[in-house]
Amino acid sequence: MSSKKKAAWTVGAVIVIGVAAALAYARQPAIPPLAQAPAASANQSLLAQGARLAELGDCMQCHTAKDGKPYAGGEPLATPFGTIYTTNITPDVETGIGGWTQEAFARALRKGVSRDGHLLYPAFPYPHFTRMSDEDIAALYAYMMARTPVHAPAKANALSFPLNFRPLVAGWNLLFLDEGPLPQPARTQSAEWLRGRYLVEGAGHCASCHTPMNALGAEKSSQPYAGGLIDGWNVPPLNALTLARKPWTVDQITAYLRTGIASEHSAAAGPMLPVAHHLANAPESDVRAIATYLMSLQPPVPAQPAAPAPAAAAESQPLSPGAALFNASCAGCHSAAAPMRSLGDRPALELGSTLNADSPRNAIQMVLNGNPWTGSSAAHYMPPFANVLTDQQIADVLAYARSTYAQRPAWNDLPAAVAAIRKENSK
Amino acid sequence: MVKLTVNGVEHDLDIDPSMPLLYALRNHLELNGAKYGCGLGQCGACTVIVGGKPVFSCLTPVSAVGARPVRTIEGLGTPEQPSALQKAFIDKQAAQCGYCIAGMVMRAQALLDERPGATEAEIREHMQPNLCRCGTHMRIISAIVDASQTLRKQRQAENQTARQAVAAIESGDQA
Repeated sequence: MSSKKKAAWTVGAVIVIGVAAALAYARQPAIPPLAQAPAASANQSLLAQGARLAELGDCMQCHTAKDGKPYAGGEPLATPFGTIYTTNITPDVETGIGGWTQEAFARALRKGVSRDGHLLYPAFPYPHFTRMSDEDIAALYAYMMARTPVHAPAKANALSFPLNFRPLVAGWNLLFLDEGPLPQPARTQSAEWLRGRYLVEGAGHCASCHTPMNALGAEKSSQPYAGGLIDGWNVPPLNALTLARKPWTVDQITAYLRTGIASEHSAAAGPMLPVAHHLANAPESDVRAIATYLMSLQPPVPAQPAAPAPAAAAESQPLSPGAALFNASCAGCHSAAAPMRSLGDRPALELGSTLNADSPRNAIQMVLNGNPWTGSSAAHYMPPFANVLTDQQIADVLAYARSTYAQRPAWNDLPAAVAAIRKENSK
Repeated sequence: MVKLTVNGVEHDLDIDPSMPLLYALRNHLELNGAKYGCGLGQCGACTVIVGGKPVFSCLTPVSAVGARPVRTIEGLGTPEQPSALQKAFIDKQAAQCGYCIAGMVMRAQALLDERPGATEAEIREHMQPNLCRCGTHMRIISAIVDASQTLRKQRQAENQTARQAVAAIESGDQA
């Protein structure tokens, strides 16, 4: 047998064994359902612990549809492989998880297997939830079983062939699911760091958005926290926080995650805004632990380049189109003298993460959509300008703000980028 | 010079290009329907229609308007002949102090132009940005719902007339 043939046989054998293993894994037993949902626990501290985990994991964000009942699912998740609708995780026996035992619940979180034995798609971040402790899973189970049951049948997913064939997920799991708790850290770490790592890598599943995905929709293990793209927004990298115009600190991250605003950076927007809403309900100690762990992932702080001197204002020059637009549309809140700037620790435009970013995407999204009201707090509100300014005008105003405030190199092809993102949003 | 087309009339104004549209309307064209509320795009009292879309005129630079036509409440009806939407606001007595009403009417008008017959749910979602401090939202919504139904019936009647006219012409052709 030639070495080529041998190699072919070896590859063939590996594939056969892999497929056999995958098929074996794909057939998971059903766990018998409960006839009725378990009575809500009377253990208040257990329920409180479960509530805390639900906020830290932001379960509600994906498992609640727009204008839908809490946790009743039906929210469409746009993935590169098609649309997946989230499921009903209220304790309704027929359409939710009311018939699930705690064992079935734990298996879903740790192995991505539904109670009836079918495999869940990894849009559900079980590769992270697998890190959760027994006690936390028990608390989360008790909390979910104490929610109001809602009768809401699952919507059919719209996935392209062959991904609509669930047993294929078994192969994905063999490749990418690293089951069980986190390993011991390489060196001794503080209790706060350990708590932070447990939350970030586990229930918080930060990497689901902040780590780029490979072609199979798994997080690229070679590029942890290098950023990504979700729902038309750039997801900032979490491994370059010290490279920001003002390096992030534990205090700034904690404030950002709990209030949605960091005085030296920016306001949470897009898909991050709801995350901040939920972390506002988590204990500050947990959020600070998250910040402590994230700061440990950073490269050393580089010597800060001297800030460039502000360009001398050319008094006699006529206003550029961008400056004229900025004065009417933006200056009311964003100029240095605006009362909106001095209230509530709002960040100066020159520090803004969006305006300092390498890509104009998030700045364009902010101008097009603004930032919605959040309850009665106007801290993050910005009106949308999609109907006010044309693509060229948005490009002009952003080019002006970029050069005047961020003083960074101009973004390329802004009008085309605005047109492209406006078109994406209209889909 | 800045050129503005407001309610079908062209104006050449010698004003700063960074002036908000609201100031040009009120101070230079003496169209005082749109009101200054917050100046921050938070209340909607200044809402007018630009290029078919409702905008906060307090944050709309005159230099951004370009050739897009501007419609203000002065362009709808008159006290003698109010538009369907204005009539509904009067019938429902939707105004208390009235400060927000011009903005409310113009935001609603933009929706009804696009979708006569819009449902109450659509109307409620569309009207979200506009606030009324007197709290007459319930009457405002019910006035818009009324106008929406009136306009839907009008549109149906117009379509019916048009169909009949076409049918008459076609049968004439055959004869």
